[in-house]
Amino acid sequence: MCDQTFLANVFGSCDKCFKQRALRPVFKKSQQLSYCSTCAEIHQVAERVEALGQFVMKTRRTLKGHGNKVLCMDWCKDKRRIVSSSQDGKVIVWDSFTTNKEHAVTMPCTWVMACAYAPSGCAIACGGLDNKCSVYPLTFDKNENMAAKKKSVAMHTNYLSACSFTNSDMQILTASGDGTCALWDVESGQLLQSFHGHGADVLCLDLAPSETGNTFVSGGCDKKAMVWDMRSGQCVQAFETHESDINSVRYYPSGDAFASGSDDATCRLYDLRADREVAIYSKESIIFGASSVDFSLSGRLLFAGYNDYTINVWDVLKGSRVSILFGHENRVSTLRVSPDGTAFCSGSWDHTLRVWA
Amino acid sequence: MERVVVSMQDPDQGVKMRSQRLLVTVIPHAVTGSDVVQWLTQKFCISGEEAQHLGAVLVQHGYIYPLRDPRSLVLRPDETPYRFQVRLWGAAIYLAKKNIRKQGTLVDYEKESYDRLHTKINHAWDLVLMQAREQLRAAKQRRKGDRLVIACQEQTYWLVNRPPPGAPSVLEQSPGRGSCAASHVHMTKRADFYKQEIEYCRRALGRTRVKSSVCLEAYLSFCSQRGLHDPLVSGCLPSNPWISDNDAYWVMNAPTVVAPTKLRVERWGFSFRELLEDPVGRAHFMDFLGKEFSGENLSFWEACEELRYGAQAQVPTLVDAVYQQFLAPGAARWVNIDSRTMERTLEGLRQPHRYVLDDAQLHIYMLMKKDSYPRFLKSDMYKGLLAEAGIPLETKKRVFPFSRRPRHSSPSPALLPTPVEPTAAGGPGGGDGVA
Repeated sequence: MCDQTFLANVFGSCDKCFKQRALRPVFKKSQQLSYCSTCAEIHQVAERVEALGQFVMKTRRTLKGHGNKVLCMDWCKDKRRIVSSSQDGKVIVWDSFTTNKEHAVTMPCTWVMACAYAPSGCAIACGGLDNKCSVYPLTFDKNENMAAKKKSVAMHTNYLSACSFTNSDMQILTASGDGTCALWDVESGQLLQSFHGHGADVLCLDLAPSETGNTFVSGGCDKKAMVWDMRSGQCVQAFETHESDINSVRYYPSGDAFASGSDDATCRLYDLRADREVAIYSKESIIFGASSVDFSLSGRLLFAGYNDYTINVWDVLKGSRVSILFGHENRVSTLRVSPDGTAFCSGSWDHTLRVWA
Repeated sequence: MERVVVSMQDPDQGVKMRSQRLLVTVIPHAVTGSDVVQWLTQKFCISGEEAQHLGAVLVQHGYIYPLRDPRSLVLRPDETPYRFQVRLWGAAIYLAKKNIRKQGTLVDYEKESYDRLHTKINHAWDLVLMQAREQLRAAKQRRKGDRLVIACQEQTYWLVNRPPPGAPSVLEQSPGRGSCAASHVHMTKRADFYKQEIEYCRRALGRTRVKSSVCLEAYLSFCSQRGLHDPLVSGCLPSNPWISDNDAYWVMNAPTVVAPTKLRVERWGFSFRELLEDPVGRAHFMDFLGKEFSGENLSFWEACEELRYGAQAQVPTLVDAVYQQFLAPGAARWVNIDSRTMERTLEGLRQPHRYVLDDAQLHIYMLMKKDSYPRFLKSDMYKGLLAEAGIPLETKKRVFPFSRRPRHSSPSPALLPTPVEPTAAGGPGGGDGVA
């Protein structure tokens, strides 16, 4: 859907994204290239934006303590605590500033693929191959066993791939390998709303930061990213341009767009008001899938963790890569920017988490 | 990955293959580590470090195997010779060899599988043929070089596919994902499914779309407005806690602080949502509304939020409380909603559910956003706050990097007593326990 009419007499492979589309000429550093309409629009915007300075980001903290692959992590609203989960069933809460472990729970299942911190900071939720989402209130009482107070909230018919609290501790949104998402009441475990529409496993979800706070986006193995209305359970918009499983979706800070990372080695930006894909972040030298994406606070940077053990930092407006970060010794499985944007944390199959700033 | 490896082996534009010397034997068709790195750097316009990393990954996955030290799957950027692995196409190569040798006397079933494989791996067929020819030649001549090559090839293959115990395997996958075959979840193609599809398409057609160039403009202005507020883009004052080990930044920007920083007060002017999400901002806004005698609007909005995100069991009581306090005729803090919305709301109150106050809440929200909020931004109160708010000084970077500051721990939010949490943990100082 192109919003500018032009005479298309050239049809071929775009010089930027290599898709077969109608092309128009674009001048880049006095060299003429042929871009498709999507890439041309982003290029026009990019021309007017100042380039970012040289980026130096280093690992500032390394959190060691998991005995197996780290699969998921989440930040607490206090900007320094994080919860992380791993393949052997351990879920650990750290104060990542001091690198101390504060709590640890062992789940009765392996491959804990989803974990989340409650907004109040008083509880965590996690789940995986047990098909359930369990909420653990955090307690410092040495006599109490955290596992004793566990509350089983969600019940799916296949593995739990993602979970997230809504604006309060009392509701949880989950995504599962059975192709559905669901909204649950934590106190009673009651199903408040379920969301059907994906044709395959749902791998990720993210809540919209909008004022009316009523939608969320989910991505799945059917290559679709779908936006849902939490109140009615209906799918509001769907986007299907990826060529492989979508591993991660994250909203742009203004709530008008979202980015997705996929096994086809690209990240894409979809705009909700224009109802289409507006940018593709890819490079020929990147051949491994992106497992996790997140935006910086202003939305200018997109951090993406890949299965080739690296993290690429993309300039959202220019569409180009700003820097590549090495450090992990196995694939990066999860990546989140801290709530105040001062750093981001990445978890990897090499058993460690790293905080970068 | 296959695409990269195939282009590497392209005779014209691929990596230069030469006969390499390994001790005294000569190995044909081998490449050096440094050649690989150089080719990757040129072809993809990437840095040397990245090319090194990419090459290492190719070796780890078994596409290239080292000839000198086959036990360690590492790409050395020097003269160590490497070769491309034949992997995966054993069956195809076997059949191709037979075909070449006997010139078309493959038995029927062999011909079938030959054709089938041909269609499946068409893109790599040339590679297969080349490898088959080489293997035949090697078998005939049994040169020492070739035997060495085949030995290394096999070793790498086994290293990649059956790693020794304890070594991490690159071929590990997460638990299987598939298209869900669960039919009771998957909607079968019945009338319902199509009705939903039609409904969806109708809604999609009716939706107004914005020009994508306008949307991109919106991102541009959003990013430039927020650029200075983004610590990773513009840095933060006094210093980024993760870099300097000093948590002064967090102390200054704590959720409830008496003197908010200038950047924070500026943010309240970006959007109404920013103002409401900040506890300090919201408190100041409440004061302002109090002066205008419209504080009940914000209180009503807060009560509705509590209802929407509250526990299911509390919905009836909360709805009732809100009605008594804000909506009933003659209520203590009656909110001014237009009559149509009021009628609809009262109608819905007969069967209370968590979204029953949505219309009223939206009405009040918009009222505050379009009316009270702009006035707040122009008010003396806000201007005064902006003037008072300070910009923190940048802490000088430490000259001696090895004298590290002690990193202070902070009390866990789980320790703070909250009225909601029945198991509010008692006892101070539990923060540093390693569980």
